[in-house]
Amino acid sequence: MFQTYQYPQYDYRQSEEQKAGTVKRHKVVVIGAGPIGLTAALDFAQRGIPTVVLDDNNTVSIGSRAVCYAKRPLEIWDRLGCATRMIDKGIEWKIGKVFFRDDLAYTFDLLPEDGHKIPAFINLQQYYLEEYMVEEAQKSNLIDLRWKHKLLNLQQDDDHAVLTVETPDGVFKMEAEWVVACDGANSDTRKMVGAGFSGQFFQDRFLIADIIMKADFPTERWFWFDPPFHRGQSALLHKQCDDVWRLDFQLGWEADPEEEKKPENIIPRVKAMLGEDKEFELEWASVYQFACRRIDNFRYGRVLFAGDAAHQVSPFGARGANTGVQDIDNLGWKLKLVLDGDAPESLIDSYHTERAFAADDNLLNSTRSTDFITPKNEASRRFRDAVLDLSEVTDFAKPLVNSGRLSAPTPYVESPLNTADESSFAGNMTPGTCCADAPVSVNGEAAWFLNQIGDGFTLLIFGDEAAEDVTAGNVKARVLRVGKDLQDKDGTLAARYDAAPGTVYLIRPDQHVAARWRYFNDNKVEAALKTAMGGA
Amino acid sequence: MPLNLKLNLTRNLPDPDGFYEYLVSSQRHMSDEDANCMNARLILILANQIGDPDVLKAAIDFAANPKAADKREAA
Repeated sequence: MFQTYQYPQYDYRQSEEQKAGTVKRHKVVVIGAGPIGLTAALDFAQRGIPTVVLDDNNTVSIGSRAVCYAKRPLEIWDRLGCATRMIDKGIEWKIGKVFFRDDLAYTFDLLPEDGHKIPAFINLQQYYLEEYMVEEAQKSNLIDLRWKHKLLNLQQDDDHAVLTVETPDGVFKMEAEWVVACDGANSDTRKMVGAGFSGQFFQDRFLIADIIMKADFPTERWFWFDPPFHRGQSALLHKQCDDVWRLDFQLGWEADPEEEKKPENIIPRVKAMLGEDKEFELEWASVYQFACRRIDNFRYGRVLFAGDAAHQVSPFGARGANTGVQDIDNLGWKLKLVLDGDAPESLIDSYHTERAFAADDNLLNSTRSTDFITPKNEASRRFRDAVLDLSEVTDFAKPLVNSGRLSAPTPYVESPLNTADESSFAGNMTPGTCCADAPVSVNGEAAWFLNQIGDGFTLLIFGDEAAEDVTAGNVKARVLRVGKDLQDKDGTLAARYDAAPGTVYLIRPDQHVAARWRYFNDNKVEAALKTAMGGA
Repeated sequence: MPLNLKLNLTRNLPDPDGFYEYLVSSQRHMSDEDANCMNARLILILANQIGDPDVLKAAIDFAANPKAADKREAA
């Protein structure tokens, strides 16, 4: 089907429980083996939760689809042990250029500082992403990937859900203490629980064309407003791996998707953009519309929603899959605590509180980008063009140029799991924010700070003042002492965390700050640890 | 926020006729489209000059419906 990619076929296997006709109760069942479902399986398994994944087909993403993967999701995949392959195969980038008509309007840099392990962004076709995660999942004896298993129906009880599932061998029932629905924008699971899914639908149609070509354009994201080759509309050029380039053309409200997908209609657009004599081949094309919507509640009883099943955004800013991965990062450690009886079930409600807040942030940013790229009336088009004109000759207009605000993690500013600062701190590491990386050394070897945290709660201690592990019930926050367990060679860690001797950070298993103090006090730490577990 | 605390609608132009002539004559020979595009640029430039988000919001709200405040007071 594709020149540059061979689609894997994964084997369907009938489960023992279906063969035997028994109804088995599982800890967690994930619906959908896309990027979010696979991340869920890997995260849950790493935390020790046996996980079943149901997918109604047996291959990976058809088409390159989601391409731009951001730093925070890559840090999460690094914690799960699959980022290295993605980064090696993918194309790293951080510079974007925005053109208006014939001129360059604006340049942006997504990672202006050094001292981070993970790059700002990589471009990688979604089928590679999924393939690598499937291979990682197949290595785990806690993950049961079930291909050609389609969820038909779901009923809920107080402490479990009953799933009716169809396979090539017929229909059977299974049970789960928790269901995590990662079945995409048109989620059937969402319909089964009767959840609301509301927001805004946009009429504009866009054409994606993946082309294979040898070109030495730099690996920058190029975005055009009203270029000579596509007057009155926008266009995008971005590099993927295997010499595949992603081209995106805004088509307007009236476009006919069937006509626009035809190669004879795509090729002239590509030639107009790249020049008549540029050699290329068409690999894949799709015409899409989009919406900015979210589910009313991320939790419906025993069913939790993540990824596009929970929230849908326009693609400008790469906030789709990148947000879904962070949903899972937020959920996995909470599920583990609740399954083990170490935290109250109400901790799961904080998944909704925190991730609905993040979804709203992402929807807001995506909607604003969409309004800038596809103005709704003449007046707003004039303001949009005014920004672009002025950005060429003034500094103040540059931050107004919005061809997509690229995905960044949302700090959980008012989360009930945070403990407010008592002392004042400079910088960004406020409670609710995800930890910044920094170069460190461990046992004399160069290492990265984020690789030292994330398996549980961490008590990051700067300096020599007395401190010890703190427990709340069965859960321990273990001490990680700067200057002993790791060295902060060039002081970057202390600078980013505004640390002085005695400074203490309580860090959650998802690498977000729960609390921080200027001195260690075991009662305060214990109280903050209980708060971070939902009042355990 | 009461309108008069944030938005200055009292007289602040030293030479009203001079200002008015300058503005109108800058667009006398422009097409409607060009003049409207210029107005959009001018709004952004002046907005940046003012900077204060509360003032800007109050100005936008007032411009959208200048008679709304009068109606409220009369009621």
